[in-house]
Amino acid sequence: MSDLTRKTAAELAELMTSGQASSVEITQAHLDRIGAVDGDVHAFLHVDTEGALAQAKAVDGKRAAGEQLSPLAGVPLALKDVLTQEGVPTTAGSKILEGWKPPYDSTVVKRLKAAGIVILGKTNMDEFAMGSSTENSAYGTTHNPWDLGRIPGGSGGGSSAAISAYEAPLAIGTDTGGSIRQPGAFTGTVGVKPTYGGTSRYGLIALASSLDTPGPCARTTLDAALLHEAIAGYDPMDSTSINQPVPAVVEAARNGDVSGLRIGVVKELGGEGYQPGVEARFHEAVELLTKLGAEVVEVSCPHFEYALPAYYLILPSEASSNLAKFDAMRYGLRVGDDGTNSAETVTSLTREAGFGAEVKRRIILGTHALSSGYYDAYYGQAQKVRTLIARDFAKAYEQVDVLVSPATPTTAFAIGDRIDDPIAMYKNDLCTIPSNLAGNAAASFPCGLADEDGLPVGFHVMAPVMRDDLLYKVGAALESALAEQWGGVLMTKAPELEVTR
Amino acid sequence: MPSITREEVAHLARLARIELSDDELDHLAPQLDQIITLVGQVSQVAADDIPPTSHALPLTNVMRADENVPCLTPEQALSGAPAAEEQRFRVPRILEED
Repeated sequence: MSDLTRKTAAELAELMTSGQASSVEITQAHLDRIGAVDGDVHAFLHVDTEGALAQAKAVDGKRAAGEQLSPLAGVPLALKDVLTQEGVPTTAGSKILEGWKPPYDSTVVKRLKAAGIVILGKTNMDEFAMGSSTENSAYGTTHNPWDLGRIPGGSGGGSSAAISAYEAPLAIGTDTGGSIRQPGAFTGTVGVKPTYGGTSRYGLIALASSLDTPGPCARTTLDAALLHEAIAGYDPMDSTSINQPVPAVVEAARNGDVSGLRIGVVKELGGEGYQPGVEARFHEAVELLTKLGAEVVEVSCPHFEYALPAYYLILPSEASSNLAKFDAMRYGLRVGDDGTNSAETVTSLTREAGFGAEVKRRIILGTHALSSGYYDAYYGQAQKVRTLIARDFAKAYEQVDVLVSPATPTTAFAIGDRIDDPIAMYKNDLCTIPSNLAGNAAASFPCGLADEDGLPVGFHVMAPVMRDDLLYKVGAALESALAEQWGGVLMTKAPELEVTR
Repeated sequence: MPSITREEVAHLARLARIELSDDELDHLAPQLDQIITLVGQVSQVAADDIPPTSHALPLTNVMRADENVPCLTPEQALSGAPAAEEQRFRVPRILEED
């Protein structure tokens, strides 16, 4: 048997259906791979060896008994540490939750388990998903498998690095401002942010409730679509869940026909500040889609320029409120409870010790933006800008079916480069943030390597609300055309990691 | 003049229940000043007659049927507590001493 960790999720499912491999064998192969390379990559915060093998064995048993199984049954997956899984440590990358074992499963986890998908462990992330590099994790930085001296993106850098390092064929991320798509771009993998409300937030440790969206990460478009279908759909436990059928994402990923599709290139997402190699690969991909029959036009979204400032008012405002629950009373860290300190003092001491620098920055910024006297100028005005951004999208979608841009202005940067320059760090998410503010579906697909550094570039597609299928249509068309040029998907160009025993 | 002073940052930290050291304040205040200058760009947008959006999708209040459903046991609910006593969360004193 050739190396099971190099297979796609769809291929692994086929091997199990045809009886050529068991889920236990496949799971063990990935656990071995984690053991061999994760010392260097540090994608995982917790590996649940026993739990994963038990899940795999259960799936194999059901298959042997002739039970009807879902398409991804027995395929292993890496789970971002921001989603609760009963009895498995969940930290959200923060010291304040060190050692916490949730007493319940998030809806995403419930659906993964129901689909027979094997959860290998929890992946590293920026603390409470605040960051674009995983350098804000309280448990150390994840390294980009393409170049271990570089960051893998963030906040979901652990999930994207895990699939890029062949430690798992699938992963779950969450996207509040680009935390699935930007790491996808930086690691040469696929990252999809579904329509807001298309996937459930129940059991997702909230960063900004009006923006947070769980979604799939994979090495191919079809794998991402299969995972999307497994986790998406209405959930009565989430008050903002959309009660409509899941868009036909798998069908779109299998079909990938863009002839006649109207594609708009967003004029404002390019030019100054964008790396030449990123722009070159992006424009080549647009040309390729034109050759495949898409109709490409330039589209202007004039308010996208203000998406970043509006986001950095809305997000910290919601975060400062959401993170108030970490008060040292019901779960997590408690510091200074010496019998003399008041509850309020204990809360303040605990939050000082348990939160990292970026979390403190954003809580204080949010507290400021929401304070009386500043509310209208900051939070109120940001909400109005949010309306204008949504209107830019609505107007664009009168002309075109999808919008496209580079996923990020640059490729992956060196570890340490931007950690003490919050604004340079925030600018990573220039292209991804508008879709979070408007709630539409968006994804990053690999479109080549930048000439100047040989690192992956992401092609960003933005589709209207509940038209997630269009993302996969474009992604599949691009992927098969590029694979023909390259003789395989982009990931086959990734350097081999050193294996330790 | 900075858009936010060191004293204001200290005040906000107290409101947010985060005890900050002097070193942290020295580091955070200038960074927050830069960030507030960046986010202040929203004021350049003429939006007086634009309605605010708090949420990307139209929201309606969601109710569930008034039926008993299973919930966490006291043991499960207390499983992550820093301190528990008699099936309750034990917390530090909440009133100031006389």
